[in-house]
Amino acid sequence: MSQGVEVVGLYVRDHDEALAFYVEKLGFRVHTDVRNGDYRWLTVQHPDQPSFQLGLFTPGPPVLDAETAQTLRAIVAKGAMPPLVLVVDDCRAAHDRMHARGVEFTQEPIDRYGTVDAGFRDPSGNGWKMIQARR
Amino acid sequence: MSSGGPPSQDPELLRRLLRAKDRMDAASHEDWPVRRLAHVSGVSEAHFARSFKQAFGIPPHRYLLTRRIERATALLRDTDQPITEIAFDTGWESLGTFGRTFRDITGESPSAIRAQARAAAHEPDRVPACILSAAHRPDLTIAVSEKRRLVADDINGPSTKEVL
Repeated sequence: MSQGVEVVGLYVRDHDEALAFYVEKLGFRVHTDVRNGDYRWLTVQHPDQPSFQLGLFTPGPPVLDAETAQTLRAIVAKGAMPPLVLVVDDCRAAHDRMHARGVEFTQEPIDRYGTVDAGFRDPSGNGWKMIQARR
Repeated sequence: MSSGGPPSQDPELLRRLLRAKDRMDAASHEDWPVRRLAHVSGVSEAHFARSFKQAFGIPPHRYLLTRRIERATALLRDTDQPITEIAFDTGWESLGTFGRTFRDITGESPSAIRAQARAAAHEPDRVPACILSAAHRPDLTIAVSEKRRLVADDINGPSTKEVL
């Protein structure tokens, strides 16, 4: 595929914390991590999804003024950013693995609508739904 | 900083308050006294309710009520469980309190909501369940007691109270 969405970004409160979470706890890998002064462009990637990158961005200068950045940090911390959905082959196994690594689950796996889903948050407050792929 | 609103809350505090909200979401049938919620958030009991309301725009107890009603509505819609069982499963201590609060919040009785939901059967599995239920969350912007009062005023005709 040569056309389509390549990067979608999340606001996180700290780059290193987010990087550790998405790589060590969720099993993503780093796609790009470059700096220019205070600015850092950091994207991670699901190992099965090479055409898509998840950007991990901190709100702040030089892109945003301090007040706007503070507002965005508050919105993320309140869990008010839009939902994210991670599809997995086996929701319970993924839950057990991630839980053992210290992921903060907001909902244990539940059987419903013919599949299994669970919920977790990243350290910043971004909320994920984890849904088992229908076979 | 020209806005006249309350001072903005520290994102670290908000993240911890979110944890209390998440815990209520995960187990809305349980009892959530302020002490328990404050402990989850790592804030003092004295500050918890005010901080929560400032963060989420609704007092914690009222938030819990909306989640219980939301869950009851989902069970009415998606299961054949008797209404009494749904009342106890969603955290109410009596069927009477459940029915009354349910009507106060949704404007309908539990059995009417069940009948309506079935008549309007659609394709809920296209949207992740959590998002669907959030979209159906009852919008409880005022206290239940206030809502009751407004309904009573409505029934009693024009209020004799001064407006403004």
